[in-house]
Amino acid sequence: MPKREDIGSVLVIGSGPIVIGQACEFDYSGTQACRVLAQEGIRVILINSNPATIMTDPEFADATYIEPITPEFVTMVIERERPDALLATLGGQTALNVAMSLAESGVLDRFNVKLIGANIEAIKKGEDRERFKEIVESVGGESAVSIVCHSVSDLAEAAGRIGYPVVIRPSFTMGGLGSGIAYDWSDLSLIGGAGLQHSPTSEVLLEESLIGWKEYELELMRDAEDNVVVVCSIENVDPMGVHTGDSITVAPAMTLTDVEYQRLRDLSIAIIRAVGVDAGGCNIQFAVNPLTGRVIVIEMNPRVSRSSALASKATGFPIAKIAAKLALGYSLYEIVNDITGITPASFEPSLDYVVVKVPRFAFEKFPGADTTLTTTMKSVGEAMSIGRSFPEALQKALRSLERKGASFDWGDLSMSESEVRELISHTAIPTEDRLNQVQLAIHAGASIDSLHQASGIDPWFLQQIAALSLEAKTLSMASKLDKATLTSAKRMGFSDFQIGQIRNITETLVRQQRQELGIRPVFKTVDTCAGEFAASTPYHYGTYETHSEVASRTKPAVLILGSGPNRIGQGVEFDHSCVHAAFALKEAGYETVMVNCNPETVSTDYDTADRLYFEPLTLEDVLEVFHAESLAGPIAGVIVQLGGQTPLGLAKALEAAGVPIVGTSPSAIDLAENREEFSKVLHKAGLLAPAHGLAMNADEALEVAHRIGYPVLVRPSYVLGGRGMEIVYEDDSLVTFIGKATEISPNHPVLVDRFLDDAIEIDVDALFDGTELYLGGVMEHIEEAGIHSGDSACALPPMTLGKGEIARVISATEKIARGVGVRGLINIQFAVAGDLLYVLEANPRASRTVPFVSKATGVPLAKAAARIALGTTIPELRSEGLLPREGDGSTLTSEHIAVKEAVLPWNRFRRPDGENVDATLGPEMKSTGEVMGLDRSFGVAYAKSQAAAYGSLPLTGSLFVSVANRDKRAMILPISKFVDFGFKIYATEGTREVLARNGIESHLVRKESQGADSEISTIGQLISSGVIDLVINTPVGSGPRKDGWRIRGASVAKGIPCITTIAALNAAVQGVEALRRGEFGVRSLQEWLEVAN
Amino acid sequence: MSQARLVLDDGTVFQGRSWGATGKTFGEAVFSTGMTGYQETITDPSYHRQVVVMTSPQIGNTGFNSEDYESDRIWVSGLVARNPSPVSSNWRSTETLDDALVREGIVAIKEVDTRALTLLLRERGAMRVGIFSGAANEASEDELLEFVRASPEMIGANLCDEVSTRNRYSVAADSGLRISILDLGIKRNTPRLFAEKGIASEIFPAWSTIDEVLSVNPDGVFLSNGPGDPSTAHHAVRLAQEVIRREIPLLGICFGHQVIGQALGLDTYKLRYGHHGINQPVQDLRTRKVEITAHNHGFAVSAPVGDAFETAFGFARATHVCLNDGVVEGLELVQHPVLSVQYHPEAAAGPHDAAHLFTNFKQLLLRARGQN
Repeated sequence: MPKREDIGSVLVIGSGPIVIGQACEFDYSGTQACRVLAQEGIRVILINSNPATIMTDPEFADATYIEPITPEFVTMVIERERPDALLATLGGQTALNVAMSLAESGVLDRFNVKLIGANIEAIKKGEDRERFKEIVESVGGESAVSIVCHSVSDLAEAAGRIGYPVVIRPSFTMGGLGSGIAYDWSDLSLIGGAGLQHSPTSEVLLEESLIGWKEYELELMRDAEDNVVVVCSIENVDPMGVHTGDSITVAPAMTLTDVEYQRLRDLSIAIIRAVGVDAGGCNIQFAVNPLTGRVIVIEMNPRVSRSSALASKATGFPIAKIAAKLALGYSLYEIVNDITGITPASFEPSLDYVVVKVPRFAFEKFPGADTTLTTTMKSVGEAMSIGRSFPEALQKALRSLERKGASFDWGDLSMSESEVRELISHTAIPTEDRLNQVQLAIHAGASIDSLHQASGIDPWFLQQIAALSLEAKTLSMASKLDKATLTSAKRMGFSDFQIGQIRNITETLVRQQRQELGIRPVFKTVDTCAGEFAASTPYHYGTYETHSEVASRTKPAVLILGSGPNRIGQGVEFDHSCVHAAFALKEAGYETVMVNCNPETVSTDYDTADRLYFEPLTLEDVLEVFHAESLAGPIAGVIVQLGGQTPLGLAKALEAAGVPIVGTSPSAIDLAENREEFSKVLHKAGLLAPAHGLAMNADEALEVAHRIGYPVLVRPSYVLGGRGMEIVYEDDSLVTFIGKATEISPNHPVLVDRFLDDAIEIDVDALFDGTELYLGGVMEHIEEAGIHSGDSACALPPMTLGKGEIARVISATEKIARGVGVRGLINIQFAVAGDLLYVLEANPRASRTVPFVSKATGVPLAKAAARIALGTTIPELRSEGLLPREGDGSTLTSEHIAVKEAVLPWNRFRRPDGENVDATLGPEMKSTGEVMGLDRSFGVAYAKSQAAAYGSLPLTGSLFVSVANRDKRAMILPISKFVDFGFKIYATEGTREVLARNGIESHLVRKESQGADSEISTIGQLISSGVIDLVINTPVGSGPRKDGWRIRGASVAKGIPCITTIAALNAAVQGVEALRRGEFGVRSLQEWLEVAN
Repeated sequence: MSQARLVLDDGTVFQGRSWGATGKTFGEAVFSTGMTGYQETITDPSYHRQVVVMTSPQIGNTGFNSEDYESDRIWVSGLVARNPSPVSSNWRSTETLDDALVREGIVAIKEVDTRALTLLLRERGAMRVGIFSGAANEASEDELLEFVRASPEMIGANLCDEVSTRNRYSVAADSGLRISILDLGIKRNTPRLFAEKGIASEIFPAWSTIDEVLSVNPDGVFLSNGPGDPSTAHHAVRLAQEVIRREIPLLGICFGHQVIGQALGLDTYKLRYGHHGINQPVQDLRTRKVEITAHNHGFAVSAPVGDAFETAFGFARATHVCLNDGVVEGLELVQHPVLSVQYHPEAAAGPHDAAHLFTNFKQLLLRARGQN
């Protein structure tokens, strides 16, 4: 059926900040959708609060609303834009939930907005577990025995009927939030009770445990003419019991015969029809009993999901793009398969390679968190790899993780039988390390059967690891590294590093010998059809075969190294910069070549760069891509400054291997990262840095600390996201830190800096071309110093800095950029304390804030940086129009203030005893994502950022206040306003007294450090029990600070706004007032920027 | 493990390792893109005298079982794969693929750059190929190439008689309908699906006469799939014409479809590299509905797409096309109860999207019976 004629404009809802379970895969899908809609001549209206996304770049929509994704704000956008249709199936559960709410409250009907992509009825059928179960039965499928519970007593009764272990699944939550497995009543009351809270409908499903069964997922698409295709089958290496997002998965399914696969396919098709997804995609999960083949249908997502992104990258079939076209009314057979350019999308991709996805976790950021993998997703990112065999793909995937210890260790093992037995028993509990334990056990001689019994992992996968073990042993025993031995190992995915380890020689030597023997990878193409038709898109992966498919070219190529799997501290922001480089350099006439291994991203969309290499970002893999491309045509250079620490960490070695790094040189990077060298730069420029020193051991650290005075900020060098960074107040903690820190980065000393209490922190992003500086923007942190910049809110333009201070900042930035030798982007953190400007650190690369600054000022900094790296000057970019003709980020006149707020994943992590992990913020970054609030006044912009991060500010209800002494006077006016708004006030003793003296009544609450007594609850208890709607807590010093962190943690876990500064409190008053008066407006980014430029 | 070589008739040589039986084998090289169903594929008689290149690199993971045979033996003359599994993992598995190949004497080769081979076959078309392992691999490349070039071509090959059942047999069903099947290389799943629809089958050898086929007084006649060049199927074509003339419902699948096409006066032609896979989009031109279907054909019927066209039996029309390349995938006669499809509604391996064809045929049978 051709395109619907009744749709001229579409509102697309994004997924908001990156959180666990909902990451940048929705930027990938949303960006595709926006592109498709625009190409179809449709007016695209977008709402998404996440400024780090490509989709919110102003050129991807006609009207981009960077506003909170709540029913209230989406309603305002609808009222203002009057779209013909709403597309909510590409923005994850967030978008779907908002759409459901708007449909139910009648907003869609009132403004005559058609929901496209999935109908309300289908969403309900797919997501309501009871109704879904009925559907499964009606098509001849089976569901696990299950009982819906609405109370704790329901839980007890249901568990009695099903028998332990039972699985707990709260309804309408994303990423399996609140799910778990209970082996007894104490587990059940804990997890089930929390699940009832997490579910917006207070509904929890208890079901029979399928732990140990094989787990599969099918990705489907259906058009309005009822044509259905299965895009991809995915098999989980981890059996049932581990959330699919946390499982190692493989595509296509490896251990099903056609008969069994077709049974899953038939069921899937019957289900998508019965549920009624009529113009879009869905994924359906199955469990298969490994002994009998009994099939249980687990669940469906009636929308584009994380798995769809994976399936798209795994097959080359762009699910989100096709979903957008189906939503417009096209039929599958009317859509052309981009990759072949001649065949239709109404087919099922065939793979002639194996894809493996591995999750990346961040437990080290959350001390005390239970590291057992369950049905609640805990991973923060993932890497995908492609190979021509499962062993090859698996080893490539593991090295793509860039985590120490992730790759298999093939060293010589001498383990006693009892040690092996113990290792086997460990594999019964799924953790991040399980596969490595399995591998070690196999390598130490454990039987496949014993490991299958313990872990439930299919013997086929275990056998593949056994084959790797055998290969490692052959490699170890070979008299010399001849061509046959080495070729065989490379075909099994062994890295040069691993081979070196096994042979006891260096990686470099292995590489040299390998290349001398002419053993190089070839690059094959992902083409959706296993070679049946020619592919027009160069989407490549490396493997050891005979024939390569890299086409020669005449245009000079620029290789852009991406940022690898998302992790805390290195997320979508860096992908944003890489994507921008690809766009800018393509436009400037280069052939852009992207190298990355993160399937969630826009950078690994084959539409982004001219060529895509889906490869691990290790030295070996990057060198081979470089080699292949240098055979294909001229290379203008390799960009390493945009993908974060991952490519930056490779810069020196790449340069040493003869790879031309463009932009800031590796030696300049080194200059900025090397404390002593950098001090010289500062000294020469006459700039101040906090007193500091370097230490190689505890004694040296103590010496430095005593010289410069406590508190000190300590950290290992060469880190991103403040990994391993701490503020230390006394000797004992310092010694403990050194013990831990030397493990993190053994070849680099520990940095010890004087920590500036009570300073204002400032972040600057700037461009430098060797002669001229372009200041991107100056951001002022809202939180006090000492909290990692990635975790603190900030405002642009800065609220409290005067013209003179900004001028000093600009001058300092220029001196540093010049002194370091930057060609491209630089990010500098300053602190203003006692009227002095201190330089905290400088990073000669794209920073996390580049997308935020670009969006707030309308200037594409990463694009400019990529051009500067290749030799274009800032004056040239100004005359071209890529940079403003005049002025910079400090002088642009604008009506708006942009506020960035961090989003933290506390609610994902619990200790083994079920308690929340300690939700403390500090110098080590812990947030997974960010939102942006945009408005005329700081107050409203701030309130919007809070609404986007935590949901809307309350209009009335209960408020808790506890402020530091210095803030007590300033709190009176705002708190009395809240009283006027009808808020009930709770306060700690000191604050309560001051309030009382000013005629404000409040209820007494005890501090956490005081503990509860029989009469009065602590604030933590009140927050956790849901009494409090808004928290105001301004911390100071080390005692109250600890209390504040607890309070903040509890608030975040509960999802209520928590205000930590008086500035923010005043802002919140303005915000709530505006909300109450209905004055909160929405305005598109394009409109704001038009005024600005 | 010993080395093995794969030699194409254009002189291209691929190195690999010996797999399955040791020795030499010849056939027409075709690639199959199915990611599941290797057991069904290699036991499908339509692959007689073909060397199948599996594009899916991991083959044999689920081994061989006693239930998924599509005939009583492996028919491919050789098998090529990238990374066959030495073990099998499945609750129904009874032996490994490797063991099955050895047991049946099928010479195979592994660790071949199957993607490069596939692209070559795509560009240059299906070719004769030889696989050489063990002592057979000791000859020079030139000698091996000579062997390959001396092996028979697929064009002009009449192979149905070689794969057909020697003796007539029956597959029972509940209701009273019965059809006669001319076995040109039938797969087991076809009479099984007829039986599921309540249609009993009487299966005849490919050389049976019209009188023999009609001797059981069938409600309809079915022409099965099979190997070889359809233009050699003179006997089957004449038989089909006689069935049509007598107004007996007729259904053909794959080779049977090509026979019916010729019975209507249409020509068949060889596709460059054929359709061998289980992911092919076929559109029913009457309803616009697209089905994902299993294909296994190196030849096709040349018929006009669009308006109905005149034949000796009145108007006929193309009912289905493959959306990938526009190849005609189905025919029907307007005034006679005759249907044929080039694809495999019986699947095995492959999707079940087109299984309703058996129901459609049953309706034809019932209607014909009502009229008689």
